[in-house]
Amino acid sequence: MTPRQRLWLFAVAAAGLVVCYLWAFTGLPGFGSYPGPYGQEILRVAVQQTNATGVVSAINFEYRGFDTVGEEFILFAAAAGMSVVLRKLREERETEPADEAGSRTVPPSSSAVRVAALLLVGPTAVLGWWLASHAQSNPSGGFQGGVILASAFLLIYLAGEFLSFRRLSPDALLDAVEALGAGGFVAIGLAAIAMNLPYLDNYLPLGTIPGAVSSSGTIALISFFVGIEVAAAFVLIVGELLDQTLLRSA
Amino acid sequence: MISAGLMNTLQVTVLVLVAAGATVVVRTRTRVRQVLALSVYGLLLAILFLVVQAPDVTLSELTVGAIALPIILLLAIAKVSKPDRKRER
Repeated sequence: MTPRQRLWLFAVAAAGLVVCYLWAFTGLPGFGSYPGPYGQEILRVAVQQTNATGVVSAINFEYRGFDTVGEEFILFAAAAGMSVVLRKLREERETEPADEAGSRTVPPSSSAVRVAALLLVGPTAVLGWWLASHAQSNPSGGFQGGVILASAFLLIYLAGEFLSFRRLSPDALLDAVEALGAGGFVAIGLAAIAMNLPYLDNYLPLGTIPGAVSSSGTIALISFFVGIEVAAAFVLIVGELLDQTLLRSA
Repeated sequence: MISAGLMNTLQVTVLVLVAAGATVVVRTRTRVRQVLALSVYGLLLAILFLVVQAPDVTLSELTVGAIALPIILLLAIAKVSKPDRKRER
């Protein structure tokens, strides 16, 4: 087939695609229209039922809490898998790590980057912690808060303090915190079963003020556990990769 | 409160920016630059989620798309890149 024939074939196919695409567009529901009944129903009852004004968190950690357990364990499995794949093998202990780009001159971090990164560590940690602990009152949650908390640790590395980064996040501690976070979520659910309630039922007092930090019962607690699990998992993943990249001999 | 017309303009603008950003990511051929473009694209997506009133998804996209994914990709590139750095820079 000559390039010219191919171009014609493409032109015909592309024209067909455009026509079908535009045709499909005419059948789309209007922008922002929502035909499903559950969204409206949850918006109507969620705040009264859970005392959480962060309705997305109420859905994530309460109405479909069981799905969220599964989601959390995706990240848990990813971090665990990473640790296993990137572990130090028995025969690797003998060999000196070889720098594949040994001739590379690594430019030192500029003072501006180091100062900016160090200045941002505190505010980033506070923001992450705030997001993880305010899932019940704001559009936030343990997942977002956890990743931001983890980036506070990364800023320490970015400031050129790799050794401080590793000292502040030893693998044993990260493993323990990650397990505590993942296990805490499951344990909250199991405690409900022990009380003859459905799994992950919200058995804690809901508080009196909707949206207060102490309100919403298990939602706030679950978000906290998810937060520390996600933060530990991300620091673990990035730490493992940094170890691999910088060829640190443990 | 932002008027509906202004909101529509904002949404269309951000949608166009997202499309442009995605094109830039695909068209970038240098790996490190591609990751940086991907990070900016994550930021644009986050803004898109914000203007279609999904602030929680905005936070997720911001943390995962603009921060976590680029970091992991950069580290992976740093690990596998061979000394043929002239092409890289």
